This record gives sequence, structure tokens and C-alpha cells, in this order.
Amino acid sequence: MSIVKAKNLTFEYIRRDEEGNVESINKAIDDLNIEIEEGQFVAVLGHNGSGKSTFAKHLNVLVSPTEGSVWVDGMNTLEHENTLQIRQRAGMVFQNPDNQMICTVVDEEVGFGPENIGVPENEIWERVEKSLKSVGMYEYRNANPTKLSGGQKQRIAIAGIVAMKPKCIILDEPTAMLDPNGRKEVLKVLHELNEQEKVTIILITHYMEEVIEADKVFVIHEGKLQMQGTPREIFSQVERLKEYRLDVPQVTELAYELRKEGLDIRPGILYSNELISELKRIKEERNVDNSR
Amino acid sequence: MIRDITIGQYYQAESKIHSLDPRVKLLGTLVFIISLFLGMNIWIYLVATIALIAVIKLSKVPFKFIIRGLKAIVVLILISAMFNLFLTPGTVILKVWKITITDRGLQTAVYMVIRLIYLIMGSSLMTLTTTPNNLTDGLEKGLGFLRVIKVPVHEIAMMMSIALRFIPILIDETDKIMKAQQARGADFETGNIIKRAKSMVPILVPLFISAFRRADDLAMAMEARCYHGSNGRTKMKPLRYKSADYKAYIAMAVYLGICITLNIVL
Repeated sequence: MSIVKAKNLTFEYIRRDEEGNVESINKAIDDLNIEIEEGQFVAVLGHNGSGKSTFAKHLNVLVSPTEGSVWVDGMNTLEHENTLQIRQRAGMVFQNPDNQMICTVVDEEVGFGPENIGVPENEIWERVEKSLKSVGMYEYRNANPTKLSGGQKQRIAIAGIVAMKPKCIILDEPTAMLDPNGRKEVLKVLHELNEQEKVTIILITHYMEEVIEADKVFVIHEGKLQMQGTPREIFSQVERLKEYRLDVPQVTELAYELRKEGLDIRPGILYSNELISELKRIKEERNVDNSR
Repeated sequence: MIRDITIGQYYQAESKIHSLDPRVKLLGTLVFIISLFLGMNIWIYLVATIALIAVIKLSKVPFKFIIRGLKAIVVLILISAMFNLFLTPGTVILKVWKITITDRGLQTAVYMVIRLIYLIMGSSLMTLTTTPNNLTDGLEKGLGFLRVIKVPVHEIAMMMSIALRFIPILIDETDKIMKAQQARGADFETGNIIKRAKSMVPILVPLFISAFRRADDLAMAMEARCYHGSNGRTKMKPLRYKSADYKAYIAMAVYLGICITLNIVL
């Protein structure tokens, strides 16, 4: 069953001047159709301004579609009474870790979500403990979140969502403001949650390295879904990605350049050891040719 | 300079005062302030001093830390002392040119200074020993009765706690903006007060813009986490009175009783 489904989704940002007349209409999402399976680790790729963040906001009912509809766990986001249920089942983590912390102590911060959905006191404590442990931040439960590193703050933010027991977590460029170490920490936590708790992860990003391990990749460009498939399928089409102003992982890029220069390397290389074995194969083949 | 303001700051320590219920501390501060305004009686001030010193000792907050909070209001204290000193009628004890100092003036000035200092010390002691969240929780619960007359107590408390949480972030931001502008030749240090105040304007504009942006982000993050006001909201750390809190209430009642008796008797 699909946890997220968008049908003919269109969203327009309308700019108005001071009198309220329409100045310009910017189509952030243009007739988007997408379906995400439950339990998967999904990455959504797109250049700045491609509409990927706007899409994410639809999944959390932070904006409503101009046209078309979105269903989260079978609930239509247009129906007002579903809003809280949807937000509880599809939690959202944002880019700036400082601007999403509400409380001054880590455990209160994690407990904020459960408090809002009316979880009884004892259960909040259980949930806070469990979710802090699941992101490896339990020993910081009494710390002040502003004193932590960026990666730690994002892990707290993720714990705050996990404590609401969602079926799906949407992350809108969660690593954009982190250093490489923080990025690794967050990614590791996300993969663990996906594997152990079977939470669907929807990761919106433009870091290609984060995409390699995903089950499925969606590429959005100018508000439209342009490509979907496994990371290998996506990254074997380097030229098309460049058209959408997206990079590919460094190894893939190198393999692509080598192939352009005439080496017989197969497309869709994602890891450095894959490239090494391909190069070894070519070298052996040449040795065979030379010895003849 | 900005960092000197200790009002609204929290000092982390494990003490009896820290672990008191915030409602007790709020009422305690109120009782202390009332006792200061009971009358100009040296005995009341003596009792107040003893009480203040005892509470400071119990709270384990370094004395220096509390004094530092006074720096910010030195000017205010001086001005009010001056007004009282020179403008109170009474028997003249000193006269230089047109300025006269009377005995009553001197007395009220001294009392006024002590009163103001104690006021700030007492209230900053409360904020130093109570986390902002605890404080707003206390206000929310303590003023909960106002909900009957449709005062949005929960919303006000939430706004206060968020404001307090963003103080350090905004101070950092101000610092950054100032440094960025100093790097491009802005001058905040020379000139008279008016010139310096004018040079602050270019700081305020970017600060406001970033504050609004943060507010927008935070509002969205709160909504995303199902925040929808106090309806159907549970508490992770609800306030409950412990035996120490009742003892503190008794101590407060005794203190106020002593002060009132002193005021009547003497």
C-alpha cells in the first residue's frame, strides 16, 4: 500500500501587490503524480527552486494544493479534520536545527509533540526515553539543545518526531546546515529507523551521496516529476541529471568521464570499489589483448 | 554590555531553591516586594536583608552573579536617588548654592536605593533559580483562574517561553550583524549618545528581518508537531506541590507576618 500519493498536484505561489492585485503567479508544483510505498527509504532530488520543499510541505498539510490532491496514509489532506492525524503519522524535520527547537531542555523538546497529541504523562516519558535512545542521544536528555552540535540538534529534532510514533518521516534538507560528520550521524540514524522501526523515510536533499543508499529516488524539476527509479537507474543517466542542474556522486562522475574518453565502463557506478573492479577488468582484458 | 543583563537568565545549580515549585517562587517574590513597600522602617529592612541573604545562600547562586544584574540599572537607581535627595522637603542639613539636602530627603533616598536594589536582587534571584519553561509553567498554572474571564493564559505563557528561549540566539545574531558591519567600516563606539543610537539603526533592520524569518520557521515547526493550542494538550512535567513547597509557603507567611507586625508595632 502506498503511504503517500499525489495526483495531478499543482501548487501556485501568488504574489500580490499592496492593493491585493495579482502581480505574478509562480507554479511551484505543476501536475505532479507520485506514489511512495510504505516502509521504503525514498530520496527526492531537485535543484533549488524545483518545488521539492513545497511538495514536502503538502505532505504535512502546511500548504494546501491549488489543484489535485494528496493522500497521506489514505487520508486526503484537503479534508480539514484529517490535519492532526496526518501530522502525527507523517512527521516533518526541517533544515535549520535552531529554528525548530521550542524548549530549552532536550527531553522537553522531544516530549513537545506527544504533549500536543494528548499522550498521558507516563507514556510521554516512555516515548521520550525510547526515541532518544533510538537516535543515540539519551545521555544528553538534560542538556540545553542550543549547546549541542548541528548533527546532535538534528538528531534531537528527529527524536521529537519519532516520539509521536509516525509511520513516515519527511526530512526537508536536514543536513544542509551540517558539517560532514553531522551529516553522517543523521543519515545513519535515518537508515536505522528505516530498517529497525520500519518507518518510511522521505529524504529531500541535493546531496547525492545521501541518495545512493535509498530504495527509490524521485527527481523533481520545475515542479514536475522527471525521473524515478533505483539510485543505479537514476545515476546511469548522467547527462539527463545535468540537464536538471543536478550533480552525481563523485565516483559516478569519474566513471562517466572515463567512459566518455572511450573506456568500456558500465553505466551506473555508485561505489568506488565498483569502479576499481571495472578498471581491473579492463586492465586484464588489455593484458590479454597485448599478449596475443 | 548586553551580556551583563542577568534578569531573565538561568543559573544551573542543584539547590533547595532551584527545586521549589515555580508558583512558590513567584508568590515568594511578590511577598518580598510587598514587604519592601510596607513602610520605611529599619527593622523591616533588617528582616528583609536576613531573608534575602538566607535565600541567596540556599540557592547556591554566587553573590557576584546577582550583583552583576544590578549594573544594568545603576543609572535608574542614581536618578531616583537624586530626585529623592534634592526634591524632598524637610529640615535642611546641607545647602550649596541652589541645591539643598534635607534630612527627610537623605532618608528617603537611602531607603529608595535599598528598595530598588533589593527589588532587582529578589526578582533576578527568582529567574536565576527557575528555568524559563518552569517559570512560564508556573505562570500558566498560577494564573489559570484568569481563563474564566477569557484571558488566553496558555498562549501568553507559550509566547513568553519562546521569547525567553530566543534571547540568547538573538543576542548572538546582534553580535554577528555588528561584527559584519564593523568589518565594513561601521562605527558604533565613537560619538555622542545620539550619534551612537543612530548607528544602531542599521543593526535593527537585519535583526528584525531575521527574527521574523525565525518566527515563521518556528511556527511551521510547531504546527508540524501538531501544536494546536492548549486544547487536549497533556503535560510531560506537570507541576505538583511537594512537602518542601508547603514549608516554603509557611516560611513566606511567617515572614510577611513578622514584617506587618513590625510595621504596626514600630
